[in-house]
Amino acid sequence: MIETGQKPVLEARGIVKVFGQHRALDAVDFTALPGEVHALLGENGAGKSTLIKILTGAYQPDGGDLLLEGQPITLRDPLHGQTYGIGTVYQEVNLLPNRSVAENLFLGRQPTRFGLVKRREIEGQARALLARYGLDLDVRAELSEFSVAVQQIVAIARAVELSGKVLVLDEPTASLDRNEVERLFDVVRGLKAKGLAIIFITHFLDQVFALADRVTILRNGRKVATQPLSAVNTTDVVRMMLGKDLAFEHHPTSLSGGPQGAVRVEFKGLGRKGMTPFDLAVHEGEVVGVAGLLGSGRTEVARLMFGVDAAEGGTITVDGQPVTIRNPAQAVAAGFGFCPEDRKLDGIFGDLSVRENIIIALQAKLGWFKALNRDDQIELSGRYAEALDIRAADHDMPVKLLSGGNQQKVILARWLAIDPTFLILDEPTRGIDVGAHAEIVRTINRLREEGLALFVISSELDEVVAYSNRIVVMRDREMVAELHGDDIAPDVIVQSIAGTRAEVRP
Amino acid sequence: MNRSLRPLVATTLIFLFAFLLAVLQHPAMMSTRVLGNFLTDNAFLGIAAVGMTFVILSGGIDLSVGAVIGFTTVLIAVLIMWLDLHPLLAFAIALGVAGSFGAVMGAAIHYLKVPSFIVTLAGMFLARGGASVLSSDSIGIQHEFYSTVSKSYILLPGGGRLTVIGIIMLVVFAGAILLAHRTRFGSNVYALGGSETSAALMGVPVARTTIMIYALSSALAGLAGVVFSLYTSAGYSLNALGVELDAIAAVVIGGTLLTGGYGFIAGTFIGVMLQGLVQTYIVFDGTLSSWWTKIVVGVLLFMFILLQRLVFRAGSRRT
Amino acid sequence: MTRPTVDLRPTTQPPRAPSRPITSLLVRPQVIALVAVLLVNWALFPGFFTITWQDGRLFGSLIDVLNRGAPVAILAIGMTAVIATKGVDLSVGAVMAISGAVAAVLVTSGVAAPVAVLVALGTGLLCGLWNGILVTVLDIQPIIATLVLMVAGRGLAQLVTEGYIVTFSDPLLIFIGTGSFLGLPMPVIIALVLMVAATLIVRRTALGLLIEAVGVNRSAARFAGLSANALLLIVYTFAGFCAAIAGLIVAGDIRGADANNAGLWLELDAILAVVIGGTSLMGGRFSIPMAVLGAMIIQAMNTGILISGFSPEFNLVVKSAVIIVILVLQSPLSARLLRRLPGTPK
Repeated sequence: MIETGQKPVLEARGIVKVFGQHRALDAVDFTALPGEVHALLGENGAGKSTLIKILTGAYQPDGGDLLLEGQPITLRDPLHGQTYGIGTVYQEVNLLPNRSVAENLFLGRQPTRFGLVKRREIEGQARALLARYGLDLDVRAELSEFSVAVQQIVAIARAVELSGKVLVLDEPTASLDRNEVERLFDVVRGLKAKGLAIIFITHFLDQVFALADRVTILRNGRKVATQPLSAVNTTDVVRMMLGKDLAFEHHPTSLSGGPQGAVRVEFKGLGRKGMTPFDLAVHEGEVVGVAGLLGSGRTEVARLMFGVDAAEGGTITVDGQPVTIRNPAQAVAAGFGFCPEDRKLDGIFGDLSVRENIIIALQAKLGWFKALNRDDQIELSGRYAEALDIRAADHDMPVKLLSGGNQQKVILARWLAIDPTFLILDEPTRGIDVGAHAEIVRTINRLREEGLALFVISSELDEVVAYSNRIVVMRDREMVAELHGDDIAPDVIVQSIAGTRAEVRP
Repeated sequence: MNRSLRPLVATTLIFLFAFLLAVLQHPAMMSTRVLGNFLTDNAFLGIAAVGMTFVILSGGIDLSVGAVIGFTTVLIAVLIMWLDLHPLLAFAIALGVAGSFGAVMGAAIHYLKVPSFIVTLAGMFLARGGASVLSSDSIGIQHEFYSTVSKSYILLPGGGRLTVIGIIMLVVFAGAILLAHRTRFGSNVYALGGSETSAALMGVPVARTTIMIYALSSALAGLAGVVFSLYTSAGYSLNALGVELDAIAAVVIGGTLLTGGYGFIAGTFIGVMLQGLVQTYIVFDGTLSSWWTKIVVGVLLFMFILLQRLVFRAGSRRT
Repeated sequence: MTRPTVDLRPTTQPPRAPSRPITSLLVRPQVIALVAVLLVNWALFPGFFTITWQDGRLFGSLIDVLNRGAPVAILAIGMTAVIATKGVDLSVGAVMAISGAVAAVLVTSGVAAPVAVLVALGTGLLCGLWNGILVTVLDIQPIIATLVLMVAGRGLAQLVTEGYIVTFSDPLLIFIGTGSFLGLPMPVIIALVLMVAATLIVRRTALGLLIEAVGVNRSAARFAGLSANALLLIVYTFAGFCAAIAGLIVAGDIRGADANNAGLWLELDAILAVVIGGTSLMGGRFSIPMAVLGAMIIQAMNTGILISGFSPEFNLVVKSAVIIVILVLQSPLSARLLRRLPGTPK
């Protein structure tokens, strides 16, 4: 527990960072105490990644001081930060997948004799080190042979070994499932007990409450508050992050009445190796929400539907007509649209203009020879930018310059431009600041009202509840339940995912 | 490690199988005489391929090695014949020049953030052009040292001759194996090939390592030039044309992943030997024409690229 | 979408000129560079710009630059599309040798010249298709995939010619290499026609945009319903086709097929031309005419070196200097410096 008056390990005083005209950080104070987990929260653009980069040495502040155990320090780069005892573990494991676990732990500081690395000694030390984290594995095996969770723990072991005073965890849980998160948290709690100061950045509020002792909230480059978590609840935190009360409408009763229109798309016995075949019909003006843990097969279902992975069996009908979908191009031809989870990797064309990003799917559907001329393109992109309120200074600017939320809307606009029959959204609010969440949720509701059939995957239960007519629950690569009416509530979904509720097969 | 060993095992098996076939057809190939020539004839390629292995392991490519070999032979000839330097001094100067040349290319790759193949392409043009500016004609080298070296060899049982340049190649391979697998520099090379960002965050001195890799590659190309000079007793700007391609092929056939991060120096040795075997077989056969070497090497290259594709695609799907 | 979220036409849509004015085209650095090189040549050789009319065709150093630059320009046309998809084709030089060899061997064995030309072009298409298949079906990195044909291709060409330099006296093949039409050398005509045709095809259809999309983000292209593989196949096949044409021109020019030397290192010149033309090796935006201009800059330098009496190998030194200058100009370092200069547009 934190005693008041405890001396901070790392302290930032009045940190200022300016990019061009933009004050990314404005007189921010931050302290990390020994033996605490300190969560750092804020919307995208609030300045938390800038602050982290200053604390670890990746950026140099334009004003203010960094103090380590009371002594002012200046960090040149993260390596320099490491020598002061400040270690960082990033979201994507920043280790070497092609090298052995032992080498990943000791790279850059291998003991040598006559210039030759003492391999045996390294392996022995690596084994001993990992044993302290409860890992017993072949340290000579390539790192890539292990799960992301194990890789994260190896990364933490390396960071702690090298630095040992402050550990910065930058969204370490983003690609872990629930069990793996628990395992990681156990490791973090162990380190906390040893007196490390741990700075924890995440999008998941429940994880903050599960792990952290104190929370610092940033908004628009300023510190809003630093509070012990025992003194605040979720609503307080969200309110501080947004500066306003964020309330999704509760499950609208109008949605409980079941399907609104005719069957738009029907999947029968669609399956693939490692996926239990499923049946699903989506109606006009209906949103089917999908709930399930990471790895439950929710993204795989979307990929099958859209032909990203070819199905090994089953049929698909659109408006009663059978269609063949073995690749995304066929899916688009059938009037499907898909906003993928990883926007940057699978969604946007960063260097192409906003306009081109909006018309590209329509153009791909029209084929090579029916080119949309410039006027058509301007008209189309203008229309959808307006409808979705895409904020871009100029539609000829590269889309990579837009914010995450606006990029997501560009991809949505891309699909609306083909006048789709069926839209698949995989985690439409991931990586988007909380303020824009509500906007995306409103957009989904509007599209439903306009008669579109939607299939929406989300791990934000509040959001799924806010727009779904029906919720399909997935577990172990199988659709295990379908929730209707009053059952569409976060607690019911959680029980259903956990398997503690009597199941109703779809 | 298991996964990256697979292409190496495949290379070794193919080599043994090919050698067996060749010996069955031409029993005379199974002699230390042939083996000795084998090492001598492929020495310059082997040495250049060692440098190339380091470059490819780090995720780069070096198109300049053939040109650097050519340049070095000309430079050595000029230093010995026109400036009357002792060959050993000439060799030292040539190695120094080649190494610095590589260091500059490495620095350009790192600091200008451009793909290695473009920088080394410029290097190739520069080295070939520089060589022909020095002398566009072939310069023969007459020096006692050269005749002494070419007369020195270790007699192998069976009448084979392990020549000085054959020994140089074997020493280079042995040294390179230690350098790649047992030193920090070696680890850093593999680290760069795995992920440059991660390597930098983990404390690998990226700039220094990159510069050293290309300096090493060019210095080894320079040494290959020394060997080539001893082998042919001449300097010519168009020497070793296209050797970079043979070297790349040897590295890939030897099981090193062209995208970097996985591979072995020992594999490169087998890759060079396999290419040498194809050539020797064609000479022994007498009816086959020399261009079959290129075709067979191309086919082998294709097979190994395909094999790596299969091995690493299957491996990248974690269960 | 008829929902009135915003009533006004958003102000985020400033009216824009429908196309770039021609003056901005003329002040591109590539044009300035070409003019500068030509002026240097003129200073070295006052008769450089003199063009005479003789025997129904134009003669002069300038025409010579166009003529000599045509093969690389043709390669660059195909290479531009490949590089735009974030690829590269190292095999075009070897494919030139193969196509020349095929045409030469066929005409010397009595096959009608038009048939020989068609078969040679077909061989080029096949070579390109092979590269395309390696890149798409087997999903091999382009630089590696095309390396296979770069290594084996000359062997194949020698296989076709059985190791000899096959000379011929067929009028059609010689015409392709050395003839003239409307006063201009055939290679220039072919390069011009190919450039105009290729540019029209990529810009009048959606091909150009789709190629750029694939180059910028291949995965996103797949998710957007674009069949990247079909595009890549076309692009590599087209590069092979261009290489075959260049191979015919070079063979016709020397009236023979030299499997060892035809098109040697020209793949590198073609890549250089594309890069000079402003297409990034990282894929994306591309311009075919600019790449052709790049080829002309390279050739103008070659000619300049020749007329100033240096040995032709000196070319290589100058070329490397050009690459270095481009690399320095394109590097993030100089981009940062440029941004600091007052008055430069962003």
